[in-house]
Amino acid sequence: MQRRENIIGNIDWLTVFLYAILVFFGWLSIYSASSDETGRSVFDLSVRYGKQLLWIAMAVVLAMIILIIDAKFFSTFAFWIYFLFIFTLIAVLLFGKTVAGSRSWFQIGSFAIQPAEFAKFATALALARYLSLLNIDMRSLKTKIIATTIILLPALLIFMQNDTGSALVYFAFAVVLYREGLSGAIFIIGLIMALLFITTLLFSKLYVLAALVVIILSGLVLFKRIRKSWKLTVLVFTIAAAFVLSVNFAFEHVLEPHQKTRINVLLGIEKDPRGAGYNVNQSMIAIGSGGLTGKGFRKGMLTQYQFVPEQSTDFIFCTVGEEWGFAGVLVVILLFITLIVRIVLLAERQRSKFSRIYGYGVASILFFHFAVNIGMTTGLAPVVGIPLPFFSYGGSSLWAFTILLFIFIKQDANRLNVL
Amino acid sequence: MYVRDFSRRKYIIIGVIILIAVIFLIRLFYLQVIENRFKLSADNIVLRNIRQYPPRGRIYDRHGQLLVYNEAAYDLMVIPGQVKNIDTSTFCRLLGIDSITFIKQLNKATKYSRFRPSVFVKQISKEDFGKIQEKLYLFPGFYAQTRTLRHYPMPIASHLLGNIGEVSQRELDRDPFYKAGDYIGKSGIEKYYEKYLRGKKGMRIVEVDVYNREKGSYKNGKYDTLAIPGKNIKLGLDAGLQSYGEQLMKNKKGSIVAIDPKTGEILAMISSPSFDPNMLVGRERSKNFTRLMNDTLQPLLNRATMGTYPPGSTFKLVNALIALQEKAITPHTMFTCQGKLSRPIKCTHTHVSPLDLNEAIKQSCNSYFWKTFKSILDNPKYKNSHQGYQAWYIHVINFGFGHKFNTDIPYEVPGNIPSKEYFDKIYHGVWNALTVRSLAIGQGEILVTPVQLANLVAIIANEGEYYPPHLMVSVEGDSKDSLKFHTLKATTVNTKNFKIVRKAMLDVFEGEHGTARFYKMDSIKQCGKTGTVQNPFGADHSIFIAFAPMDDPKIALSVIVENSGYGSTWAAPIASLMIEKYLTGRVKRKKLEKRMLDGDLIKNPPKVKEE
Repeated sequence: MQRRENIIGNIDWLTVFLYAILVFFGWLSIYSASSDETGRSVFDLSVRYGKQLLWIAMAVVLAMIILIIDAKFFSTFAFWIYFLFIFTLIAVLLFGKTVAGSRSWFQIGSFAIQPAEFAKFATALALARYLSLLNIDMRSLKTKIIATTIILLPALLIFMQNDTGSALVYFAFAVVLYREGLSGAIFIIGLIMALLFITTLLFSKLYVLAALVVIILSGLVLFKRIRKSWKLTVLVFTIAAAFVLSVNFAFEHVLEPHQKTRINVLLGIEKDPRGAGYNVNQSMIAIGSGGLTGKGFRKGMLTQYQFVPEQSTDFIFCTVGEEWGFAGVLVVILLFITLIVRIVLLAERQRSKFSRIYGYGVASILFFHFAVNIGMTTGLAPVVGIPLPFFSYGGSSLWAFTILLFIFIKQDANRLNVL
Repeated sequence: MYVRDFSRRKYIIIGVIILIAVIFLIRLFYLQVIENRFKLSADNIVLRNIRQYPPRGRIYDRHGQLLVYNEAAYDLMVIPGQVKNIDTSTFCRLLGIDSITFIKQLNKATKYSRFRPSVFVKQISKEDFGKIQEKLYLFPGFYAQTRTLRHYPMPIASHLLGNIGEVSQRELDRDPFYKAGDYIGKSGIEKYYEKYLRGKKGMRIVEVDVYNREKGSYKNGKYDTLAIPGKNIKLGLDAGLQSYGEQLMKNKKGSIVAIDPKTGEILAMISSPSFDPNMLVGRERSKNFTRLMNDTLQPLLNRATMGTYPPGSTFKLVNALIALQEKAITPHTMFTCQGKLSRPIKCTHTHVSPLDLNEAIKQSCNSYFWKTFKSILDNPKYKNSHQGYQAWYIHVINFGFGHKFNTDIPYEVPGNIPSKEYFDKIYHGVWNALTVRSLAIGQGEILVTPVQLANLVAIIANEGEYYPPHLMVSVEGDSKDSLKFHTLKATTVNTKNFKIVRKAMLDVFEGEHGTARFYKMDSIKQCGKTGTVQNPFGADHSIFIAFAPMDDPKIALSVIVENSGYGSTWAAPIASLMIEKYLTGRVKRKKLEKRMLDGDLIKNPPKVKEE
């Protein structure tokens, strides 16, 4: 009895409160974006806000179940849960239903479930379980390979479902690996590669190569250390040059045409306000027209008249921007940042390595979704169709994020019982 | 085993999270607070200004008979930037156009503006539009705008009423009231009274959704303005008389102008050949316009105001009045006439000699008026004949000749009264009455318009005064402009002299040898004067001027039938029938009427007289 009380008392209510307020604000936005003049009841399941209310109710039930289940359950069965979802991802590839070009849905009755959403917490569990095993050292190659495989296996399966956005989310786990000791160099290399990629697309590859030569030569002339390891420098240069040369090829032959256009529009190479740039253009107009204080709840004309495509799912942030203005987005961004930083801080106070790693997994995934989604709606990132956590309409994503978060809240509540 | 503590990396991770959040906030602050472009874009996307076209003012005749009214039609508008994913073939079928027209129209609209509306298909009738409207929601970027088209219940008076058409670039530049695609009066009454007829446009601002459906008015119509209908105009025209005149003039070239001498209001103004004003309405307008333009009979020309003719013998009345005023002759002055042997102008009529003024007018004696004209110019009152001519000239100008009336009559020309300076120039200063003798009988350099001739009769009917001929009686709700043309003008000839001429004009109908004696009516005392105008291009023009009834003139008119011979053959009977129609409401002289109606002078022109 005493132990049970302990757990309830140990729950981090700030996190739960942040979760609740985000879900509520999200539902208000969905209500505004999907209501029409017919004024149907909020419990009417034929409209989106009605359905979302049902999803929220069920999410609360899920959260309570998770809080009741023994905390050890998740670490013990982490791998089983992981493989269960890997199996599900394979199954959806074979038997799933195609929605908007992605074969990533299971149809159960009139409801559709998207396993890719749930695979995130499963992966986070498995990764935490693996990295918390004894004798694990991030510096060993074997550890790196196994950890990377755990992350990339579901990503690959989701990519095969043609759901690139959800697949990209798995790169967020790199943050977890970094926290657990993976060299930061990988991010710097990634950043340099991204920079080379963009500059190659923006300018002719000859200019980029020339710039590389100039940088390397000046490095060799100016710094003794670089001169000493000139062999390595030449190798780096060769790899960089090869990368630049292959970017063109990759861009032309690997990416799908719509993905190319999205990148081109983002980089300003292509202007296409009616095609690929349409969503972003409408989204920026909706947000931009909100002003400092917004047009008021249910008074955003672009939202009300459905000028922003996907406005209750991936582009829900537009509704906030248009109807609540800068004041509204400031609050929402602060709520998200507080939640994510809070999770990081909670993760750091865990005694068990499993809980800490899982906590970082939760924070990474939430942050990736947050950054890409808002980046996309404000025209800073390419249009990658991933939902804004707790906000976007959809049962699968709400449940998956709820499960993801509450497993961690449970672990955190149980932290004192870990020896 | 050594385990390195990586917990310090949390600071880097938290730092990156906060950095990204700050970048977002800066970006959002820029989008929402600093940059204004998006607010305008949002309005452009959601708000649509729908111009409310007021109904154009109607036009009535003097008895309240409707001459011009409006009928609803629809313009299909397009905003090219909003056209997307439409089923072109269904759309073309719905509108009854081919795909080439579709592409051409869309390109034209796109060239004008991607985001502002252009007219896609003009003037769709109410019936056709019903079908289109049902399906219009399937085609984003397209919407309908209500317009009105002019309709004419009676196919008459096309030259006077004029027509409306789309504004030209020049009209757009001149008056900011108009927007591309608007309609404007292009000619006639429609043009002259445009400012009254057009009314005031309104604007309705509505919100539309992404499917281009109207979702209600913006801010409950706070910024909407109502359209104010155009004002109705009442004309002095008598629709029945106008219509009758047009029938009489069918298959003849020429014109009739009838004026109410008491007011100067034009009762009828016929120019033949004419056309149905409904031809210049709607989608067929430009096609029909080209056809009328190319017609060799020039139906678009308003002969009543733009045709200039030598007045011929009708001008003898003016010379008589001037001579009496200048005391160059008295009513009892007798001149001799040798008929065909008369010099310098021979006389073609057979009559007694010598004869007085009354007889000379009645029988249109050329010799008499040559001598009269000479007496005016060689009047001992003046130093020389040039000064005498100058006196004559001023009198003539005061009869309304040689200049425009500048009222609301469309497309007037001034005609020509040769000035002293003109003769000085062409005769190098050496000329006298003999040199310009043609003026004595209304031939030579003198040119007048039918409306000026009709005004001359009105002056005689009024014994010396006149209101300038005009069309409009009143503008609904506007008294100032209705009185615009009510300025009485006077001639330089005394009333008593007019009485002499009037008596002679009565005798033209009623006298034993009067040139119009065959068209005398027992019930109405008509006064008139024939004219036969020599014409180098064919048979003589037949001219007749008349007013009636003599004691209380209600109608004064001029009739010109081109290339038809003597004034008494065609013009006089037509004038008399018009008088009968106007004063009694019906025509009893059926035989005469039938002869006039059936006369086809275009198919069977009278033979040119051999000299």
